[in-house]
Amino acid sequence: MQEFVEFTLGGISDGMIYAAIGLSLVLIWRGTRVLNYAQGGMAMFTSYLALFVITATGSYWLGFAVALASGLVLGAVLERAVVRPTLGKPPLNAVIITIGLLILIEGVAGIIFGSKNRSFPAPFSIVGAKAGSFALGPGSSPTAIFTAAAVLAAAGLLALLFRYTSVGLRMRASAFSAPVAQLMGIRVGRITTLGWALAGLIGALAGMLVTPQTFLYPNSMDSIFVLGFTAAVIGGLDSPVGAIVGGLILGVVLNYVTGYVGSNLPELAGLAILVLVLMFRPSGLFASTATRQV
Amino acid sequence: MTLLRHAGIAIIAGVVLLVLSSKLDSYRQYQLAEVAATIVAVAGLTILIGVSGQISIGHGAFMFVGGYATALIVMHLKWNLALVILASAVVAGVAGAIMGVAAARLRGPYLAGATLMLAVALPAVAYQWQGVFGGDQGLDFTVTSPGFLGVNFQLTEWQAWVCCICALIVLVLLANVLRSRVGRNWRALRDNETAAALAGLNVGLLRVRAFIVSAACAGVAGSLLAMTMLNVTPGAFTLALSIQLLTAVVLGGLGSLAGAVWGGIILVLVPPFLSNFASSHGLASASASLPIAGYGLVLIIVMLAFPSGVQGGVRRLLGPVAPAATAPVSALGRHWHGLRKRVGGQDVGAELTTTKGVDKEGFG
Repeated sequence: MQEFVEFTLGGISDGMIYAAIGLSLVLIWRGTRVLNYAQGGMAMFTSYLALFVITATGSYWLGFAVALASGLVLGAVLERAVVRPTLGKPPLNAVIITIGLLILIEGVAGIIFGSKNRSFPAPFSIVGAKAGSFALGPGSSPTAIFTAAAVLAAAGLLALLFRYTSVGLRMRASAFSAPVAQLMGIRVGRITTLGWALAGLIGALAGMLVTPQTFLYPNSMDSIFVLGFTAAVIGGLDSPVGAIVGGLILGVVLNYVTGYVGSNLPELAGLAILVLVLMFRPSGLFASTATRQV
Repeated sequence: MTLLRHAGIAIIAGVVLLVLSSKLDSYRQYQLAEVAATIVAVAGLTILIGVSGQISIGHGAFMFVGGYATALIVMHLKWNLALVILASAVVAGVAGAIMGVAAARLRGPYLAGATLMLAVALPAVAYQWQGVFGGDQGLDFTVTSPGFLGVNFQLTEWQAWVCCICALIVLVLLANVLRSRVGRNWRALRDNETAAALAGLNVGLLRVRAFIVSAACAGVAGSLLAMTMLNVTPGAFTLALSIQLLTAVVLGGLGSLAGAVWGGIILVLVPPFLSNFASSHGLASASASLPIAGYGLVLIIVMLAFPSGVQGGVRRLLGPVAPAATAPVSALGRHWHGLRKRVGGQDVGAELTTTKGVDKEGFG
């Protein structure tokens, strides 16, 4: 019973991080039909910037703010510089461009920061809570609670933005139909850049939340990205709610598999979940419409 | 006739490579073997992505299957080398069939996600069943050059021969498949799936078939690579390998086997070149990361400036001569276009207009 609670809480905490990466992918996919394979690399880079600020100033929260701000800028700049020219070209071009970006960012990080593992501070204690003599595991630590709260807050703010603001309405309109939105006077290009910037911010948040567990090195976000991508695919790439549900499913199941079956098997379990879900729902659990109309 | 021409080109290339390989030192022979093996994998992926219109970011997984099949067969069954390679292709082909059936309904980023997860997940098999697959250390085995070449014959030269001969055979087979009905059907599927289905093609079966052919090629490549390095480890079949294969397909020139040859050459030879360049210019500390950054930059620039890859550039340089060689393909394109129009002119036109939605979909 104690183990079960421990694995569940740990799974929720991990799942929130996958959900954050998934959310950033969904934001971009909805707006531009591009899947940003560089999302993990961008988060790795902003975490390095945060670590630099934290070591220089001693303030974790200043580093946190720098990571989010640089994620915002990085997303906008990359969209304008290299992704915009691929719009209207075959979709494979954008795939290769974002993969090229990932490789470039990882190489540049290696050149600037070196490729050795660096430990990364957590915002709060990582010691798990106890209910009497009943240890709840690291999934109940203040940091884990902060992780879940931060991702949920980010998702909530995004929902409010989409639902109640004029910018959000324009973003939804552009995602629904770019030509129609353009005819209605919406500057779709700017909206696209904004979408990438927000995705960069959410990705940077995920980087800050996960890096204390993984160490920081140029490839540190690769496996997190794969799991976040898997979460978004399970949930359906069109659906922000799907990304969060997908992330939670993945996090909890992977923690059970690691805990009860074997520590080498979580990736295989992830593949099994993904294939199973996609066999019955080829566009993910929460696909709002059939993404392919024939 | 085309069969004869392909075979002729392959025989000439084989003789040239044979002479060349005896002149090279053993490190260059090793690289030649590596290039040949990589070309096989890239050619297989070209069939899947460029010809049948599906994506895979996990082709390293099928190389993993082929490599481990080779190691296990050599260690336990001691078969003839040709049989080992063939068996590895079959095993990887079966793996491809399973993946293809599971993925036959998936499109664009959903297919990309599933194959990506496959590449990440499969090496875990080697860690989980260490007794069979040797865990992190992998499996070591040996191959020897046949007796009639003499005892002093360099093993690296023999490995280069095996890899080059296999690569040429695979390329000839693939070139002929592309000219056959199956190849035409794949292209029809890629260009307009709805029209292909309307024309009576079994879309699902064609997709699975492309996966099988492509995975079998990757299996041969994994087998050749294992024989060149004389070991297999899970660390040799990382996600990075799968991503590199995908980029090589595009860098070389999407959809043509000549492009696959370019892609394989670039993939094997450019990173060591960049690394040497970095260390010889006093950038020793960055020599590990500089090739990575350089490769990423090259990818972005090529994609923005030369989206048709190296082979596209070669074709443009050679002017009107080269396109004549691909005339049957463009003739097919016209034929197909005509078919589409004809079908569109009839009552099914209304259904066809909905395929515009497909344009937004595609590779993630």
